[in-house]
Amino acid sequence: MKRRTLLASAAMGLALAAAPAFAQDKPKIAFVYVGPVNDGGWSQHHHEAAVKMKEHFGDAIEMVEQESVPEGADAERVLTQMALSGADLIFTTSFGYMDPTINVAAKFPDVKFEHATGYKTAENVSAYSARFYEGRAITGYLAGAMTKSNKIGYIGSFPIPEVIRGINSSFLHAKKANPDVEMSVVWLSTWFDPAKEADATQALLDQGVDVVLAHTDSTAPLSVLEKAGGFGFGQAGDMYDYAPQPRLSSIIDEWAPYYIDRVQAIIDGTWTSQNVWQGIGDGMVGIGEITGPVPEDVKSTVLKMKDDIAAGTYHPFTGPINKQDGSAWLADGEVAEDGVLAGMDFYVEGLTAEIPN
Amino acid sequence: MIRLEKRPQPSRLWTVVTPLIAVVLTMVVGGIMFALLGKPPLEAIRTIFWDPLFHPQFAGYSRPQLLVKAGPLILIAIGLSIGFKAGIWNIGAEGQYIMGAVTGAAVGLAFYPSESVLLFPLMVVAGALGGWAWAMIPAVLKTRFGTNEILVSLMLVYVAENILASASASWLRSPEGMGFPGSRNFKQWPAVHNDELIANTGLHWGVVAALIAVIAAYVLMARHIQGYNIRLTGEAPRAARFSGVSPARIVFLCLGISGALAGAAGLFEVTGPAGQITIDFNSGYGFTAIIVAFLGRLNPVGILLAGLLMALTYIGGELAQLMLGLPGASIQLFQGMLLFFLLATDVFTNYRIRFAKGELA
Repeated sequence: MKRRTLLASAAMGLALAAAPAFAQDKPKIAFVYVGPVNDGGWSQHHHEAAVKMKEHFGDAIEMVEQESVPEGADAERVLTQMALSGADLIFTTSFGYMDPTINVAAKFPDVKFEHATGYKTAENVSAYSARFYEGRAITGYLAGAMTKSNKIGYIGSFPIPEVIRGINSSFLHAKKANPDVEMSVVWLSTWFDPAKEADATQALLDQGVDVVLAHTDSTAPLSVLEKAGGFGFGQAGDMYDYAPQPRLSSIIDEWAPYYIDRVQAIIDGTWTSQNVWQGIGDGMVGIGEITGPVPEDVKSTVLKMKDDIAAGTYHPFTGPINKQDGSAWLADGEVAEDGVLAGMDFYVEGLTAEIPN
Repeated sequence: MIRLEKRPQPSRLWTVVTPLIAVVLTMVVGGIMFALLGKPPLEAIRTIFWDPLFHPQFAGYSRPQLLVKAGPLILIAIGLSIGFKAGIWNIGAEGQYIMGAVTGAAVGLAFYPSESVLLFPLMVVAGALGGWAWAMIPAVLKTRFGTNEILVSLMLVYVAENILASASASWLRSPEGMGFPGSRNFKQWPAVHNDELIANTGLHWGVVAALIAVIAAYVLMARHIQGYNIRLTGEAPRAARFSGVSPARIVFLCLGISGALAGAAGLFEVTGPAGQITIDFNSGYGFTAIIVAFLGRLNPVGILLAGLLMALTYIGGELAQLMLGLPGASIQLFQGMLLFFLLATDVFTNYRIRFAKGELA
């Protein structure tokens, strides 16, 4: 008898302990990250934006986060558990979460999802990405203007449209600043690996390159450039510690305004599925302060370019632009369509390397 | 003075008790760690070990997920354990897992959109062959040139990762993927989708294969002459050679079995829970399986239990992150402790402690 009461009260204790987590009126907002939240790059910036969002709303919402979630089957399980735990809105912050997000969303029609950098949406799934190629236009122009050897380098992660777009945009604008410029591309098959990134930077320098652009997330290229001379850019974060040499400027991921906006929509009950691609104008892509020995005229040119892109009066992919094989892509004054940019799998004319497969 | 004295033979009692002691020690030290992180230790331990099985809200979903997570771990670990028994150290199961998935998926996609019932079995065979072939590289190099299979199999993981990246970015890329990396999703192709055999049980063909592998490995090691040869090679290589066991044959056999099982695991995963070939398709199963093999003491039944325990700590760890906001790294530390304490307490299976006076010179 005594034993039974003990068990019963233990069970009640469990139920009580568990209860507050479920019986919520507050919106519960969840975030899933592919890397650890202190990776210094992609995941950290999403995490920091999530924290900013939480600070903005304070106790009006509850926030949960899960880091280092592998893409694929594990992601599907984590998302299901989040949905079961009563999450109202789940941000899945990596491209590889796309199919898992769509699958889980189909099972939980009342839970809303926001997937970063993908292209699939559903009634309760939005997609959001940033037009980083707008920022690449700025850094590409600076690279072209600042190289003395007329050789610039680009560290790529994977040959996917996102990265190829960045390479094309950088090269086109480097060329605008310096018609003689050549660009070498190194592929690393990783988004974050300081040792590989440092090696690649050194290899580029050995080829005579003196300005390096990177589409990987660590600060390793900048720290190599700091010692060896040459210039680079902050990527994902401002990386201002490396100013004024080697850092010239930076492309900054600014997710916080979007997160605040979407959580507000959940609070107001106005959330609807959408597919957005925001750039400098919307504040999702930030350009860091221009530092280092950049001449005044170059500085004013790129700042004007930035304002024009933000205002929508200049598109980084404006014709005439030929494809690498010399065939025409955009006629004079023609602007690239989003659909083509989203699936971009070709280089523009003047790039000598081939896209690996 | 405390000293260790070798037991005349391994203690049966300690063999059974050490895993339990290791789990208890992990809970105690892990609890202290969680407390230092400012989280309620008992609740954290309960969330990791109890909630995935019995929590009213989650268990209905997470219990079947245990099988989904444990299935590939067990299947790979069974294959590895056979080699480890013979002293053949295949550290590259992760690569064989990738190659199995890529080969099997490639064979399947070549017939897209066939609805033939023969296609899925064909893909399983192709997957196992892919893993087998990848494991044959270290086997041939070892028997021909005496290279170290640990290094070669491990290095081949990185080669396989690059093949995977190229497969998902180009030659297996979905034509409907708008240029994004990733193959077609097998979940949307019913003829080859490795779905749950009974709804809400988590039981897919890979789990069935893992269970069969457990039984087969048990029979092989306990009853079959090849199993005896394998054990003999591991325990007394010279004796094995004198009794006519060809070392090269054992190398091919062990690496072949572990490669084929890892490859099959990859195929079951890509057509089932993962759904598609992507750049980051592999999530470390091949490496975790090494831990599972040792946690299960290279014994088939032990591996079955170890795989389930490992899966429990993964799923419980995820819940603990979600419910209590524990950092992901603390969960990994917790899993590491489990292995550490297991190996540490394992000493007592073969040794006993003697409290002697300081008189010995």
